[in-house]
Amino acid sequence: MTGNEAMAEAAIRAGCRAYFGYPITPQNEILEYMAGHIPAVGGAFIQAESEIAAINMCYGASAAGVRTMTSSSSPGISLKMEGISYLAGADLPCVIINVARGGPGLGNIAPAQGDYFQATKGGGHGDYRMIVLGPATIAEAIELVMLAFDLADKYRVPVMVLSDGMLGQMMEPIMLPEPVDPTLLPAKPWALSGARGRDPNVVTSYFIDPGDLNRINTQRQSRYHQIEENEIRYRETETSDATIIIVAYGAVARIARTVVVMARSQGIKLGLVQPITLWPFPYAPLRALSSQVNTILTVEMSAGQMVEDVRLAVADRAKTPFYGELGGLVPTPKDILREVKRNVS
Amino acid sequence: MSVNMDNMVKVFERPRSLTDAQFSYCPGCHHGLVTRIIAHTIDELGIQDRAVVVTPVGCSVIMYEWFRCDGIQAAHGRACAVATGIKRVNPNLIVFTYQGDGDLAAIGTAESIHAANRGENITVVFINNQIYGMTGGQMAPTTVVGQRTTSCPNGRNAQIAGYPIRFAEVIAQLDAPVYVTRQALYDQKRIMAASRAIKKAFQCQVEGRGYSLVEILTNCPTNWRMSPVEANSHLMNEVIRTFPLGDFVDRD
Repeated sequence: MTGNEAMAEAAIRAGCRAYFGYPITPQNEILEYMAGHIPAVGGAFIQAESEIAAINMCYGASAAGVRTMTSSSSPGISLKMEGISYLAGADLPCVIINVARGGPGLGNIAPAQGDYFQATKGGGHGDYRMIVLGPATIAEAIELVMLAFDLADKYRVPVMVLSDGMLGQMMEPIMLPEPVDPTLLPAKPWALSGARGRDPNVVTSYFIDPGDLNRINTQRQSRYHQIEENEIRYRETETSDATIIIVAYGAVARIARTVVVMARSQGIKLGLVQPITLWPFPYAPLRALSSQVNTILTVEMSAGQMVEDVRLAVADRAKTPFYGELGGLVPTPKDILREVKRNVS
Repeated sequence: MSVNMDNMVKVFERPRSLTDAQFSYCPGCHHGLVTRIIAHTIDELGIQDRAVVVTPVGCSVIMYEWFRCDGIQAAHGRACAVATGIKRVNPNLIVFTYQGDGDLAAIGTAESIHAANRGENITVVFINNQIYGMTGGQMAPTTVVGQRTTSCPNGRNAQIAGYPIRFAEVIAQLDAPVYVTRQALYDQKRIMAASRAIKKAFQCQVEGRGYSLVEILTNCPTNWRMSPVEANSHLMNEVIRTFPLGDFVDRD
């Protein structure tokens, strides 16, 4: 199974019963898998006329109380940003997979991490946050897609799984989790189901009175604070005695695991921190590690986006160099090891 | 003189599907009429407890406060996609959009055409008042040639801005829609006809027959800078020359 197919199957097993998408490389296998499989479990599938239509179909299906997902790749995710802002503003759960590619503009179809700012800092308008999960392997992608649906429902927020063309297209052995029965999920009393025996439910992000909007937005911010309190996830590898640490997420974290082994065999005390939640970002653990090491090297397939969060966490307690490859080039373990050595000498 | 109320029979009342909230429409505007007709239709068909209104961006954005049914506010132009999402996951709901000309026929052109082309079992109420009302009277895709607006102060020039879009006719080219009509509200006869058309469009959905669109020529006295009476005459004498009334699709 490719990463894309595995994520689609994971979504169905998470109880997703509505998928709307539009073709774009390198995520087409998600759309194609859903076309074949989600109707078989009674779910809705539409190949929409655009990414904009797809995210708005999600907005409707989610409002009707169903676990809902869309997927796309970078240029298509840009088109979904309006809809993501509306989902956030109307407190609707939804899972969005970004199988990211090179940009800006049409860029190319190679793996890249240039969408970190867009995903974690609010690519749409207004004061909102989106939980962003970064898998490094297909097994993690499956686990995080399942988690994404739970977090989206629990906090009534859109959740993005930020993958990339490498993870989407590669194959590796996996274990699939037991399917969730969507009829056993917690009820959604706020959903549009027909005003029978109750007052009408309304789903909206529109509050013309500034006092009302202030109150609604403040309540939402307190939910975001709960997410920051409860949901930060990251993985540490060989950090306890490290003098230098790599911070990397997604496909780069996977490559960096190899670099840790290579460096250790050469006597370099290298550790790795892989943020799994990109928002909320693991500032505190990095801050704690920063007084124990000399150097925290951030590696990304971008010109340097997550490194800004790393520098916020570390401040001047350690050196914070950056190494990045652009344009869809994937750094090799050797490339990264070279950067490590440059920073330990 | 005293009136004995006990012997009186109520022949006209507020539709049960309307809440007590006051409309925010301008005096003389046809929006209020259409809103009332829809509520009356929901009462007649007995679908208040499964109706969902998808509200647009425009003068009717808070329509969900006026209907006693579930409601959802859609991003500008996206109402038909939102309605699609709801209807596909819960076909038992009666889902209708209420959209103006800017919403449906400019920014939402793609969503509007493709929902119709898929034959979504939804009802689309399209308010064609030839102007952007809530933003203060700019040119709409339906503004008639020569009509002055704040963004075509010398009148719509077809050489620059093209011609008004006849959206009902566009939708009528597709194979899937079951009922496509254009109505108006400038006199009592037209109001009765429009009421029948709206009821028929909802019935299509209740019977599971598929997509229907009711385009309604309406006024905007405020932004047309006319009295309501002048606005009605303008509709009857001028606007219908660009937008002919009648059924364009009526499939069994």
